Amino acid sequence: MTTVIWIAVALLLVGVYLSWTAGRLDRLHARIDAARAALDAQLLRRASIAQELATAGVFDPAASMVLYQAAHAARLAEDEQREVAESELSQALRAVLAESAQVLAIREAPGGPPMVEELVAGVRRVPMARRFHNDAVRAARAVRRHRTVRWFRLAGHAPFPMAFEMDDEPPTSLTNRSAG
Amino acid sequence: MRIGIVCPYSWDVPGGVQFHVRDLAEHLIRQGHTVSVLAPADEETPLPPYAVSAGRAVPVPYNGSVARLNFGFLSAARVRRWVHDGDFDVLHIHEPAAPSLALLTCWAARGPIVATFHTSNPRSRAMIAAYPILQPALEKISARIAVSEYARRTLVEHLGGDAVVIPNGVDVRFFASAEPKAEWQGRTIGFIGRIDEPRKGLPVLMRALPGILAEHPDARLLVAGRGDEKEAVAGLPVPMRDRVEFLGMISDEDKARLLRSVDLYVAPNTGGESFGIILVEAMSAAAPVLASDLDAFAQVLDGGAAGELFPNEDADALAAAANRLLADPGRLAELRERGSSHVLRFDWSTVGSDILAVYETVADGAGAVAPDERVGLLGRLGFARD
Repeated sequence: MTTVIWIAVALLLVGVYLSWTAGRLDRLHARIDAARAALDAQLLRRASIAQELATAGVFDPAASMVLYQAAHAARLAEDEQREVAESELSQALRAVLAESAQVLAIREAPGGPPMVEELVAGVRRVPMARRFHNDAVRAARAVRRHRTVRWFRLAGHAPFPMAFEMDDEPPTSLTNRSAG
Repeated sequence: MRIGIVCPYSWDVPGGVQFHVRDLAEHLIRQGHTVSVLAPADEETPLPPYAVSAGRAVPVPYNGSVARLNFGFLSAARVRRWVHDGDFDVLHIHEPAAPSLALLTCWAARGPIVATFHTSNPRSRAMIAAYPILQPALEKISARIAVSEYARRTLVEHLGGDAVVIPNGVDVRFFASAEPKAEWQGRTIGFIGRIDEPRKGLPVLMRALPGILAEHPDARLLVAGRGDEKEAVAGLPVPMRDRVEFLGMISDEDKARLLRSVDLYVAPNTGGESFGIILVEAMSAAAPVLASDLDAFAQVLDGGAAGELFPNEDADALAAAANRLLADPGRLAELRERGSSHVLRFDWSTVGSDILAVYETVADGAGAVAPDERVGLLGRLGFARD
């Protein structure tokens, strides 16, 4: 009789543990979803301000075309090409804004200062959002690699989380605040 | 935004984290946000209107020193009530890896949580043992902030994951506009910090002082901070002792005036610093800075561009550098100018908007903060307490 009770207690404990782990994993997946949504929003925001700049006529035609092409590609990229397209936009922004004279040119254009501010916010927040996203991905991966999680399929049908890898280095002319 | 900030240490005890939380809360309120700060405090401690007491902190020996902590059912209940009543868009907790109110909040709440890691303690034994318990709580943090690249590196090594670097803020104008005091001027060297705390480095400076006085007999050392003054000068030759002036504990206003008055500020700290707010304050007051080459200090001083560095714990190098600087007014003026422009990135206007950017990033696409009611199987089956 006591053996039966012990087995029941053990099963109950295992059940509680499994349920708790499933809840924990569920929370992590929700965190990844939120982080991914935030990252998407920041990337879109950056691409649209870049596109706006490219068509505003403040840069020379060559710079405008490079920036427009990169921003356009980043906005329309399919999921598989997204990381490459966004990295190329970062490179285009760095190339176009390599000199602080270019930033000055935007600032002097009509409606320029808020545009610069938005651009600075954009290039600063993309790396932030990406770090938070990849941090959530790492935490979820660590839990999903546990044996219990794999054996009992606690992750359900959720796809294995993938980090978002891209070049998000902002143009130095925008981040060097002591100068501005 | 409705923002809840959790301060891990007693409000009535002065400390870097407490000041940071206070300044952040006041900055955010000035920006028009609704802020509530939960902090441990005695019942009779006067609290500012935005702060809520989490009850008295209990002194407990932890990790080699006495920590004042909150734990237990009562504290947890208070945290839950605060989280529930506050209805916050985002929670900002400080120092969550120590057993503190912050960790408790992390445990009791869900939703967008931002955490700032201040110290870069080596991983303690207790943390390794508690790791499986700690990890699920730390997993709830949606965004981590480290106060320096150095703090970020230790965080990544010890806990994994990643963090963004946002430095501690300083009210640059407060220091820049302070009035210099005539009696603290004229070939003066400043030092601010606990006298009896060897890691603050006063002994190194005392060993270097004879070398400095040999070349600059008119130089004076002004020391502001708590501790035994007699013991501090014990190693110094008797005739040199009157070149050292002890100011005791000084107010914030006097600290700003002292930094405005001195010809050179020396930070000989030997370790245990993860940021170096005092260097930022000195630069805000346009004081030329000479600091030991700790990782954190080198970072704040832009690798030596905004202030001079000397090899850690090397009193001779300190004396040589101080002599060179005191004899070269041109270099001092250059350091004053470089420091003043470099320090703008630490001003609350910059730091505050970066922290707000983090809040907005995590609050986007996530629900509001709420008490975590998912308490395992019982909760899942619908037996959760409300």
